[in-house]
Formats: sequence, structure tokens, C-alpha cells
Amino acid sequence: MTQLYIICGYLALLLCLGLFSSRLFKGTSGDYMLASHSIGPVLLLMSIFGTTMTAFALVGSTGESFKEGIGVYGKLASSSGIVHSLCFFLLGVKVWSLGKKHGYRTQIQFFRDRLESDKIGLLLFPILVGLVIPYLLIGVMSSGLVISAVTEGAFDTAFAGYDYGVPPWLASLVICGVVLIYVFFGGMRGTAWANTFQTIVFMILGVVTFFVVANKLGEPDAKTLGEALQVASKRVAETNSSKFIRDVTAKDQQKYEAAYAAWEAKAEANYAKTNNASELTIAQKNDARVLQDDRALPETRPDGWADSVIDHHALMKFPRVPGIDGRNSREQFKDKIGHPNKWIDPNDESLGKHWSLKKAGGVYRATKWAPNAPHGTDKWLFMSYFLVPLSVGMFPHLFQHWLTAKSAGSFKLSVVCHPLFIMIVWVPCVLVGAWATSAVNLETGRPLFAPHFPANAVLPSIVNMLATPVLAGFLTAGILAAIMSSLDSQFLCIGTMFTEDIAVHYRGKENVTDRQQLVMARLFIVAIVVVTYAFSLFEPRRVFTLGVWCFSGFSSLVPLIVASLYWKRLTKLGAYACVVAAAGSWLYFFADSGFARNPAYALQIGDIKLMPVAGMIAASTIAMILVSLVTPKPSDATIEKFFPSKGGAA
Amino acid sequence: MKKVVWGLVALLFILHQDVWFWTDDTLIFGFLPIGLAYHAGLSVAAAVTWFLAVKFAWPAELDDSPGESAGAQS
Repeated sequence: MTQLYIICGYLALLLCLGLFSSRLFKGTSGDYMLASHSIGPVLLLMSIFGTTMTAFALVGSTGESFKEGIGVYGKLASSSGIVHSLCFFLLGVKVWSLGKKHGYRTQIQFFRDRLESDKIGLLLFPILVGLVIPYLLIGVMSSGLVISAVTEGAFDTAFAGYDYGVPPWLASLVICGVVLIYVFFGGMRGTAWANTFQTIVFMILGVVTFFVVANKLGEPDAKTLGEALQVASKRVAETNSSKFIRDVTAKDQQKYEAAYAAWEAKAEANYAKTNNASELTIAQKNDARVLQDDRALPETRPDGWADSVIDHHALMKFPRVPGIDGRNSREQFKDKIGHPNKWIDPNDESLGKHWSLKKAGGVYRATKWAPNAPHGTDKWLFMSYFLVPLSVGMFPHLFQHWLTAKSAGSFKLSVVCHPLFIMIVWVPCVLVGAWATSAVNLETGRPLFAPHFPANAVLPSIVNMLATPVLAGFLTAGILAAIMSSLDSQFLCIGTMFTEDIAVHYRGKENVTDRQQLVMARLFIVAIVVVTYAFSLFEPRRVFTLGVWCFSGFSSLVPLIVASLYWKRLTKLGAYACVVAAAGSWLYFFADSGFARNPAYALQIGDIKLMPVAGMIAASTIAMILVSLVTPKPSDATIEKFFPSKGGAA
Repeated sequence: MKKVVWGLVALLFILHQDVWFWTDDTLIFGFLPIGLAYHAGLSVAAAVTWFLAVKFAWPAELDDSPGESAGAQS
């Protein structure tokens, strides 16, 4: 319950800050959407960093490191430090300059003007909104998950179906409500202040979390913090050494092969027992593996089903039955499931406390499903990850933040400090995720995290398990701060886009008063919060996977903004070709990956594996260049407006 | 100097592909995997490079952009 009180206190504090900043609000739509271009270097750095660091950075990076190891830092953190600042430098400053000169409030206004095309707005609008919504979903889903995990057992009788903690749907609803209130009243100014506050909170608490977790993991041998860090890492080096490199060690491979062989034997034994068979045919052995791993067995078996036993790789191609672990574990462990803080038998404490539903699910998955196969990082795949952080160049919410700057010089601090801030947040998260693979319960000697533990829940769970309730409450507030500091900008941005690019654009600026624009923006923000929340109730994908797909979509449109700013020859039709190719290739790859069900999906060119984003960027760039070169160039007026000749009028 | 700065940015991209630490399990200070330590160092190197970029390659002509907002293009 302590954690819940602290979380509620933090949310109340945030509301007060949002409402306070709304007192600085000037009452105009320009102030609501762009804070009247008044944001200085420090506020710009904190709000841009807070916006780009989402649930993806904290919850996602820890979970991904838990699954894949420390290579995740190079994949997205160090590359972002280089690419994000490059985008701020080459795109942000120029966009700010043009935006201030010509009065743009959204990306689409800029593209309509630069490309001399009204319809480009209609093409881009659904794509940009469609890509921001999954990004929003990441935050909304993660906030619900985090609060639910840390409040487990907080209530005596309520919410039994959610381990007596706050249900994720309720937690997400409250978070959406809090963000909505301060964005609704404070607009961009409120968002910038709230982001700054929250960025400070999550950076400080993130570092505190790291040291608290390290100290606990070092027990009982370590006497100093330095020793604790070494003990935590030593356990990984001894038991899961592949997590500390980007390859698979021979030791881990042997361990996996032995575990998989034992699992195969168990699958066959279970199948034989259920079907009263003394000796299994090859087809039955294959059936046994699919059923033991809770995967859907197709009515018509694939070719060769009776000829050879499938390996683990082939097994994973069968989709797992959604939700089957929850249903089966409730049935299998119904005698043990109950309030996690109460003893199964108060007269016999040796039986231990009741199991939570999450624990029952974890035990079920760990004992029934096939062991995870260790795998390294492909070098080409690693390189192509560089293209993912390019997405910041096309984030509409970041575009809007760029426009809030007081001067071009305000960007300097962001350009320099962004890589350092990323390092401060990501290094602890990645290390904690790797440590979690080998952390053990000192009382039982069992791993803290069983195989198949949900990646998204690693960070909140480790915080809840290893910190005191008071500290766990504060650390959770830090995680929520990171999540909310992105949600606010995204909600505000979509509200602005609906207002400016659709409502005001098609009704005519002269027919809409400033007051009406403000009301419209606020109503659109409410609508988008409602829609996002509704979607979040149905979206179970891994945060990291969902994030990478969303970022890849934005990255595939980056050639458009680069060419708009630096290539005079870019034409209207070239831009259309770029957007259509980006959207088409994204949809094709997304569908081919089973709609993000396959987190390891990659393009295969011979022996080379690449992230799908490489194919998308190649498609959009080639289409844009070829079509631009064969279609009429933009008018002289437009070229002079965006590429003024030296000494000419701007 | 501008060329040096952009050369350093290009170098960052090359250094990012650290095939030489791919399978190295050395722990720096006894706890930090070398693959992670190297990339954390690369983040610091990026900050230094960007510091040089804003110092020597900043588009100064944008610093004094006119401040008027002409109203959104509708």
C-alpha cells in the first residue's frame, strides 16, 4: 500500500505543477501549441530529452537486455547519441528557422508549403497519426503494467483477479487522466515544465534504482557498493555469460542443448501418457513438441511432418495459443493461488505464502515451455539498427518541440548533452536487465526471474522485489515520470495536428477565431486520449518490438524531410512517391513479421541480415529520387523561399 | 575545422561497429562488460564531437533569424 500512496502523491504533485504552469498560459492558440517560441536552452534540453526517452528507454531497454544481453545499448543507445544530435543539428535548427519565419505549427504545414501541394497533407496526416498511436500505446501500456506490478498485494480483498493490486486498465486510465489534465490546461508551456520536472525525477531516481538494486544483488558477500557491483556481474559471467557479449558462449550453448533435450523427452513422455501410446511415431513426436510448447497444431500438418523431427527453430514458427499460460496456470495451481501476502496455512508457515497469478503463470511457463535458445547479435543487423534512431527526424511531437525554441542557439545544449543523458539513463537499465538473468532469491536459492518471464515486467518487478516499499514507491514514480514525459507531448501534438492540418486548414483560417482553435485543440486531445486508452486494452506486444516498428516507420520518412530542407530538386510527385513507398514497404514488412509477433524478424539478403527499416529507407529514398528527377521541378518562388540565394530576399 | 568535425562524426559511425569486442567478456573494474563500457565511452565521444560541432560548424546565419511569425500557412 505504501507504494500506492507514494505514486498517488507523485501524480498529485504533477497535477499541481501542470495547473501552476497553466497560470503562465497567455490564452492564445500560439502559446498553447508552441509556448510562444519562448523555450530557452535548459528547458528545451530537458523537454526534448524527456520526450524522446519513453517507456521504451527504461522498461523496454531493461527487458530487452534481460532477453538479449548488453548488445541492446549499442543497438539503440550509443547510436541514438550520435544520430539524435545529428538530427537536432541538421534538421531541428533549420526547421526552427523556417517555422519561425513562416509561422508553421506542424510538420504538415511545412510540407504543404515546401511541396506546393495541399493533398500531401491528406496523405501524410493518417500516416503520422497512425505511427504516433502505437508510440503512445507503448507508454499507456507500460504505465499500467508498472503500477500493477508494484502494487501487487496492496488491497486485502479488492482486485483478486489482478493479484490484489491496481489493475493495469485502471492504472493506465489514471495516468491518461493525469496527463490529459495538465496538457489540457497547460498546453505546451505546461508540458515543457512538466517534462523538465519529470526528466530530473527519472534521471535521479534511475541512478538511485541502479545502486539500490546493485547493493541488494551483492548480498550477502559484498561489503561495499563496489563489491556489490562485482558480485552482481560475476553471477552473470558464471551462469549466463552470453548476456555480457554479443555472441553465444560454448558453455551457454551446451547448457541450452542439455535443457532442450530434457524438455523434448518430457514432451514425448507427456504425449505418450495422454494418448496411451507406448512408442511414438515421428509425426507424434512433432505433435508432442508443439502441444507441450502450447502452440497451435495445424489441422493439415506441414510437408515432411512424418519424416523428421522438427528442431526448435521450426517449432517456433507455430504461433503460441494466446493467453493459454494464464488459463492453464490458474487451473493447475488453483490450490496455491491467493493473496500474495498471506500464508497458505497460517498454522504451517513452511508451506509458504499464496502464489500470485503472475507467479503461477511464471512457474507454469518455466516448467512447461521449451527453454529459450541463446542467440547472439548479427553484425549486419547491429549495423542496420543505426537507421532506427533516425526516426526523431520525423517525430511530429519533436518537430513541435523544436518550434518552441527561443532562438537557434537554444539547440546547442541539446545537441551536446543529449548523448550524455542517454548514457546516464540507459547504462544502468541495461546492466540491471542483464543482472536480472542471474539474480537469485537468497532464501530459496532459486532464480528471481524464471525462464519466459515477461520482458516488460522485469524493471518494475526487480524494483518491487529488492527495494523497501518506500523506495519502491519513489522508484516507480521515476519510471512513470519517464513514461508521462513523452505521453504529454504526443497527446498535445496530435491535438495540434487535428486542429491545424484538418479543422483550421479546411474551414479557412479566417473563419476560425483563435479561441475556437484553442477549444478544438483541447477537444481533439481528449478524443485521442480516449482512443489510445481503448487501444491499450487490447495490445499485448513486447514494448521493445512495438517501439522498433513504430520508429522504423518514422525513419522511412526521414529522406523526405532531409530532401525538403537540402535538395532543391525534390518535387511534389517525388514526395508522394517517397511517402507511398515508405508506407507500402512498412505495411508489407509489418504483415510479413506476423504483425510484430516475431521479435526476431529481419530482412535476409544472402547471408546478410538487416533490420526491416533498411529496406523501407532504401525504398522511400529510391522512389523519391527517381520520381523527382523525371517530374517538373518546384517553382522558382518556392525554391527562392526555401533556398534563398546569397544576398537575395528570404 | 568544419571538415575535421564532420570527419569526426563519420568516425563515430565507423567506431560504432565494434566487431573487435563482439566476443570479449572482459569486465572493466570487475563489473562493467567491455562491450557496454566501450559504447558508453562512445556516447561520451559523441558529446565531445557535438561540442566541437556547435563550436566550429554551427550555422551562425540562423542565430539571428527574424523573429516574426507570419501566421500558419493554410
